Amino acid sequence: MKQAGGWLWRVSLANLFFLYGPIAVLILFSFNASRLSATWQGWTWQWYRALWVNQALLDATVNSLWVATVSTVLALFLGVGLAVGLDSLPGRRQRQIEQAMLLPLVIPEVMMGVSLLLFFVLLQIPLSLMTVMVGHALFNLPVVMIIVRARLKKLDPRLMEVAADLGASYWDTLRHVTIPLLRPAILGAGLMAFTISLDDFIVTYFTAGPGATTLPLKVYSMIKSGMSPEINALSVLFVIVSMGLIGLSLLVQRR
Amino acid sequence: MVDQSASIDIASLVKRHGTTLAVDHVSLTVPRGEFFSLLGPSGAGKTSLLRMIAGFETPDEGTIRIDGRSMEAVPPNRRPVNLVFQSYALFPHMTVAENVAFGPTMQGVPRADIASRVRLALDMVKLSSKEERLPSQLSGGEQQRVALARALVNRPTVLLLDEPLSALDQQLRQEMQVELKSIQARAACTFVCVTHHQEEALTMSDRVAVMHQGRVLQVGSPQDLYESPGSAFVARFIGVSNELRGVVRRIDGERAIVQSPECVGEIQIVLPMHLAIQAGSPVTLLIRPERLRLSTAAQGLSGEQSLAASVDKVLYSGSDRRYLVRLGEHVVWNVRVPNDESGRNGLVPGDHLSVRWQISDAVVLSE
Repeated sequence: MKQAGGWLWRVSLANLFFLYGPIAVLILFSFNASRLSATWQGWTWQWYRALWVNQALLDATVNSLWVATVSTVLALFLGVGLAVGLDSLPGRRQRQIEQAMLLPLVIPEVMMGVSLLLFFVLLQIPLSLMTVMVGHALFNLPVVMIIVRARLKKLDPRLMEVAADLGASYWDTLRHVTIPLLRPAILGAGLMAFTISLDDFIVTYFTAGPGATTLPLKVYSMIKSGMSPEINALSVLFVIVSMGLIGLSLLVQRR
Repeated sequence: MVDQSASIDIASLVKRHGTTLAVDHVSLTVPRGEFFSLLGPSGAGKTSLLRMIAGFETPDEGTIRIDGRSMEAVPPNRRPVNLVFQSYALFPHMTVAENVAFGPTMQGVPRADIASRVRLALDMVKLSSKEERLPSQLSGGEQQRVALARALVNRPTVLLLDEPLSALDQQLRQEMQVELKSIQARAACTFVCVTHHQEEALTMSDRVAVMHQGRVLQVGSPQDLYESPGSAFVARFIGVSNELRGVVRRIDGERAIVQSPECVGEIQIVLPMHLAIQAGSPVTLLIRPERLRLSTAAQGLSGEQSLAASVDKVLYSGSDRRYLVRLGEHVVWNVRVPNDESGRNGLVPGDHLSVRWQISDAVVLSE
């Protein structure tokens, strides 16, 4: 047994290295003093400093934050409403709608991007930051719903019954009992949705109008003119923020 | 038809769960201020009945009236009843005081009155010192009291309790039996309590309905149910009962002689007035363990019936001794003898003796 344990431990470590190795290289090279990424010429902060004075990058960051915020609020509003509202339907209908909601998660993102683009063009809605927000809200809606539903199913249904028994209407119960008890899940789902929106490239690529450049789009266009240590530095910041948000999301959901 | 002094008036209520009848034509009347218990094994339909009174389930047939008012189409939040759940279902994100204040707040009681009513309710259950605690910081017994206070603060016409003591340990359970009874007296409110625990039902209730397979078998005071069970099921469910099956051989005025294929000897019984028993009728005799006497003397007292038996086992339980005595190949009876002077009689397994009882102590059921 002990032998097998040691062996599994080494395989696990190898897997972790496989996962995080490239990211470690990225972090290392973001401090590389050389312009040419492949050779090491000593430590420097200069690429991080360069980010601060790059106006186009800062604009893209602001765009990304706007998109993430608005799309998260939208996805939360719809997703929490749906998750809670589903409970009033008979069990079979609940499952049908839940399953239908999961479908967008497995549809290739490119397809989703294309279909959204077609949809907006068909409705003659000009592409802008707004269309990106709608697109992000769309793929975040199932994410929010899954997280909130999971929590909802763990709640004691008698808490809602007792609220009704004590004279609370449906909306009173929602406001004073259900939503407060779902708060950790709502917060966690929000952080998750925010992160996914911040990181998204494909849907954004299809739905962004002129001037609506988000950070991932900016990174992509910078790469087209060649890898630079600046991109490494930017990517490192991106990884840190994303991981931090996901970690926070898991932390608040644990409560 | 409607009894004005009744808190609850239930008429031929039916609830189906799929093809089974969870509640099968139940009719009950509970007078105002009574402590009423629904007693039965799990699956008897007690909880379904309680949930229909609270409004969480809709009856398939029949009517429920509370204070003379039909509850048809009245949702739970508009019924003058409150339910204390088995699991208490305290709001985990609210303090004790907030939990108790929830009902009055929802019903739009003025803010100033809420505070005094909450204090009163917490006083009633002796929890005033823990107002600011969260439910998770309370013991099981304290959580139970909060659940009670949260229901009573609404001054319901009827308080419904679903297995209120089942989550408590033995010691606390007995304390709370007394406590519940006195809280009921203080609150001057009708209590309807669901329990599968017969001792609990007998100790607390003014009247008890014994339920089995969706039907009410018998309603009566604890004493009625214990002393004159109407069926073998009720006798078995309430307390321990010794049974003997036999056939009436002859009738002699108010008395009759029964013979059992399961043991030797003739048994004299008092004929119950309400049963049409003739010679040849099959009957079941029920006798409580504490009504039996063990004797090695040849002669019994007057009015006593006696059967030959032998001691199978002796079980010592502190306040008394339980003897398992064998009357026939398949008949073993329980005899309970208090540990006073008779505790010294030193009977051991294998001893031959006679089991005696007052003829009038045997309950006779026709099959």
